[in-house]
This record gives sequence, C-alpha cells and structure tokens, in this order.
Amino acid sequence: MRARRNCNSDLTGEGELSDLAGSYLPILIFFGLAIVIGLTFLLAAFVIAVRNPDSEKVSAYECGFNAFDDARMKFDIRFYLVAILFIIFDLEVAFLFPWAISFGSIGFFGYCSMMVFLLILTIGFIYEWKKGALEWD
Amino acid sequence: MQASEMAFYFFSVVIVISAMLVVISRNPVHSVLWLIATFFGSSGLFILLGAEFLALILMIVYVGAVAVLFMFVVMMLNINFDQLRSGFTRYLPVGLLIGLILFVELSLVFSHWIPANSYDSKIQDSTIGDVENTKQLGLVLYTDFILYFQLAGIILLIAMIGAIVLTHQRKRNVKRQDILTQIYRDPEKAIELKDIKPGQGL
Repeated sequence: MRARRNCNSDLTGEGELSDLAGSYLPILIFFGLAIVIGLTFLLAAFVIAVRNPDSEKVSAYECGFNAFDDARMKFDIRFYLVAILFIIFDLEVAFLFPWAISFGSIGFFGYCSMMVFLLILTIGFIYEWKKGALEWD
Repeated sequence: MQASEMAFYFFSVVIVISAMLVVISRNPVHSVLWLIATFFGSSGLFILLGAEFLALILMIVYVGAVAVLFMFVVMMLNINFDQLRSGFTRYLPVGLLIGLILFVELSLVFSHWIPANSYDSKIQDSTIGDVENTKQLGLVLYTDFILYFQLAGIILLIAMIGAIVLTHQRKRNVKRQDILTQIYRDPEKAIELKDIKPGQGL
C-alpha cells in the first residue's frame, strides 16, 4: 500500500496522512511490542531477581589474582579504518537504490552519471587494495 | 487524536529525552547508545513526513555505521571518565550561552520568517502524483543535480584515501600468506633428492 504524501498537511494530521500512518501501523505495533518486551525483561530482572551484592562478588575476576587495571582499554586503530571503509561503501550502495528504482526514466545520461560515480569510487577501492588496507596485518 | 499525531509526539519525546541523555549520561558509551535512540526517533519523524528513503538511510548509515564509528572513537580515546566529568560545571556557562544563542536565533526564525511565494509550489512539485519518495530522488539526483552527485563521489574518495593515509600502517617483519606463490609452487622443484654417501654430510 502506497500512500500519497503532502508535506503541508503532515503535521496537522489530516487527509492523506492517515493513509500513510496506516501503511506503517504494523511497523509501529512491532516497535511498541519490542519496546514493551525489552523493558519487561529489564524491569523484571530489576524488581524480581534476588540480589545480594558483595564487593568480592561484583568485582572483576581475573583468574585468581586481583585485576591489574581497568577492563576498558585502547582499541587498535585498524578497527577504525575498517569501520570507515565500511561506511564509505555503505553510502555508495545507498546511492544505488534511487538510481535502480528510477532507472527506466533517467535514460542513458543517468546511467553514465552513475557509472562515473562508481568509477571514482573504484579508483579508491583499487588504491585501498594496493595499499593493503583490506589486509589485517 | 490521530494515530499519526500520537506517533509524532511519541517520536519527538523520544528524541528530546534521548538527546538530553546523550549530554548528561556519565558514561560516553551510554551517550552513544542514547544517540542511537535519537537517530531512531528522527527516522520515525522522517517517515511521518513521507521521506521514507531518508528515514531508512538514516537507519542504515547512522544507526548501522556512524554509531559504530562513534563507539570506536569513544573506546579508542582512553578517556579518564572522572576527569572528563569534572569539567562539566566549568563548561556549563559556555554551553548555556550557545544554547541561548541558538534559542534566540530559532525563535527569530519562527516569528519573522516568511516563506517565499514559490515555496509552496515547490513542495507541491516534489511530492506530486503517486511517485514515491525514493523514485522522486532518483529522477533528479543523477541528471539535474549531477554536479552534486559527482562531488559526493569525490568526497567519498577523499575520505577513503584520507582514512587510509592517516591510519594505515604496514607492519614490517610480518610473514604474510602469498596465495599465488603457493599455487605456482611446483612439487618437482620444491623437493630435491640427494644421494649422500655414508660418513659424509651435505
């Protein structure tokens, strides 16, 4: 079910908006249910569960001896590199969706436009590959 | 009250509360999690506006990727949390000042801003007919706004190269697997039989 949109009437809650809300009602119900179930488990553990905290029981356990330092430690910078490369290709794919949908209407020019875009990013990809950024060591 | 109106208020309340918790929560990791909740709420608002594509992209890119990146940054920085917290009262006046300036600016905008005559018609044009939001974007983005589209590509390229140049270091003296060498290795040449006489070494 596809709803017609009109930005002007959206926030006043009239006309076509009920249509739109109707098409998203299952997702909204799902959302609400997920929140309710998640909160139920959290709060149930908080309210019902038996808790007898003790400084030894809640302290970090490290194979018998006392913990050396905080469990939080510095991340390797390479994780960051992997994450940022993931975002870039994520965005590249995001640009493909509207292109794929409107492919029949934008003609050869739109096709070439996307090919140039992909070419630019492929240059980056080749650079990344040759630099060895995709390898871990 | 209509369901859509209720949804609007629900998402707005979620956004405002979680945005506040981003600022005031003690642990930066919790701040990032609240930021994700803010993104979820904004995504809901986009759907209410009819911008489904933006809503889902917000979900994929911001919740899926940018939040992970923020998490990495928070964990990489090795912050002393108590030390960080101690600056709260010191920076509070500056923060309040910036908030006040923003508030004044926004109230000026909302009290004095008159949209141009063409504004309404442009909105009508962009949402006309049964063409869905994603297709509307696709119809103009790759042809009419090709310059911005290609600039986006170049910016992504620069980001990629910049990230590699800044963070990538190859470790020396690490033995790597070279698959091609392995495949081309010939057992005939790799193994050599030598006839050694008794009492002699190689």
